[in-house]
Amino acid sequence: MLNVYLFQVLNGLGLGMIYFLISVGLTIIFGLLNFVNFAHGAFFLLGSYLCYTVVTLTGNFWLSLFVAPLGVALLAWITEQVLIKRAYHLPHTFQILITLGMALIIREASIMIWGPIGKSVPTPAGLDGVFRLGSFAYPEYRLFMIVFAAVIGLLLWFLLERTRFGALVRAGSEDTETVSLLGTNIFKLFSLTFALGVGLAGVAGVLSAPIRGAHPFLGEEVLGIAFVVVVIGGMGSFTGALVGGLLVGLVQSLMTTIWPQGASLMIYGAMAAVIMLRPYGLFGRS
Amino acid sequence: MLTVTDIHSYYGKSHVLEGVSLTVNKGELVTLLGRNGAGKTTTLRSIVGIVSPRQGSITFDGSETVGMETFEIARRGIALVPEHRGIFRMLTVAENLEIAVRSGSQWSLADVYGLFPRLWERRKNGGNALSGGEQQMLAIARALVNGPRILLLDEPTEGLAPVIVDELVNILREIKRSGVPVLLVEQNLNVCRKLADRHYVLEQGQVVYHGTAAEFDADPTIRDRYLALSA
Ligand SMILES: Nc1ncnc2c1ncn2[C@@H]1O[C@H](COP(=O)(O)OP(=O)(O)O)[C@@H](O)[C@H]1O
Ligand SMILES: [Mg+2]
Repeated sequence: MLNVYLFQVLNGLGLGMIYFLISVGLTIIFGLLNFVNFAHGAFFLLGSYLCYTVVTLTGNFWLSLFVAPLGVALLAWITEQVLIKRAYHLPHTFQILITLGMALIIREASIMIWGPIGKSVPTPAGLDGVFRLGSFAYPEYRLFMIVFAAVIGLLLWFLLERTRFGALVRAGSEDTETVSLLGTNIFKLFSLTFALGVGLAGVAGVLSAPIRGAHPFLGEEVLGIAFVVVVIGGMGSFTGALVGGLLVGLVQSLMTTIWPQGASLMIYGAMAAVIMLRPYGLFGRS
Repeated sequence: MLTVTDIHSYYGKSHVLEGVSLTVNKGELVTLLGRNGAGKTTTLRSIVGIVSPRQGSITFDGSETVGMETFEIARRGIALVPEHRGIFRMLTVAENLEIAVRSGSQWSLADVYGLFPRLWERRKNGGNALSGGEQQMLAIARALVNGPRILLLDEPTEGLAPVIVDELVNILREIKRSGVPVLLVEQNLNVCRKLADRHYVLEQGQVVYHGTAAEFDADPTIRDRYLALSA
């Protein structure tokens, strides 16, 4: 019985780390660019599909883990140059309309390219076994996913907190004008950060592909969860994305054994509670 | 070195600068005086490209800067210390300085820590933990490591205790001695008198007086007419 819960806790951690990777990108982009990206889930979807294609063509998951996020980030960078950067000065409602349109384009294009029926991605060779500890058994790939997401999280933390680029991102989140006054090309900083944030959604898309596959409507689902996480954790907060992501992942996973129908209810209930008690989220600033 | 010729700047429809012209030459410290709302801050913001003049010209070392992005103007060496100081509250003092460091600056990090020992003591503190005086010092130190070839200061002594003001005056003297020209907006006439080579007075977006420090001191009516300031 205890093993069942341990199993669900680990599942929840894995799910939570995926949610973290998606939400942290969303939150960094919002923090620096003050930009609401409703296409974030669609880019996650693209990560999953690119993973599927690379794995189908080469049989190499590791290659896809490298190539797919880069591809997603590159596409994000191009979109930023062509479209997104023209929307920074617009009200959030306009940004939502524009990125929602982008999300639809990406989804429909995915259906045209990969078909309306979902694709599944095989568990990567070498991680398709089961990890055993006494009587407890857990799929190796899912353990790998938790560790890999944690490593990405650590690298991201280092980038944001310990490098000049990260300090500029944090400074820009407070006051872009002063960053420009110090001779930093704020437009370049914006595009790089947008590509980075979206690329993280791409990483999450690849990591989740062997478990959930790629499906045209995955984007909307993921976007909804990411916004719940960001609202719970607080807009613009790295720690908030981590704690919020893990919280939502764990709740979702544990509820599937306790009360499956109530999983969504619990999550949106938690969000409502946080909004009422701490309007700026657990780690947010006003 | 810096030549502003007949610039007109607007906030939306309101015409704030109505043909401002001024020059700052090598090694000079020039002040820009005038009552609140006269357009001093807007003049500085126009020079660094935050506000884009719709008419007129600004040249720095012979090249036109109107139409350039703020970061490009900053990279040419025009450093503005804004009125609100622009300290990043969530960054440490050290980070505030480090993001501004540019190779080729006359001042290194070590130099500004030497100039402002208080900043060295507080280097690990967040920007939000600084007093007004410390914030101003950090803002100036940050401009210095940024490789300024001219320094624009917007009311640096505003709201500071007299001891700190004296300290700042000494720092400004040192900067002037280093050869970097300064355009200083300041309400405290004592500070201006101690430092300035020339003065400009702005009123309702126009330069209404221009003279050397000696001329300005010799004619107290200027002060009475244009500046309702304590001398
Ligand atoms: N952001 C702004 N939007 C609209 N009007 C402004 C803005 N900033 C300043 N002004 C107006 O422009 C005029 C000049 O302001 P400013 O340059 O700040 O004067 P000073 O620095 O000499 O006190 C004032 O009438 C002020 O009300
Ligand atoms: Mg002012």
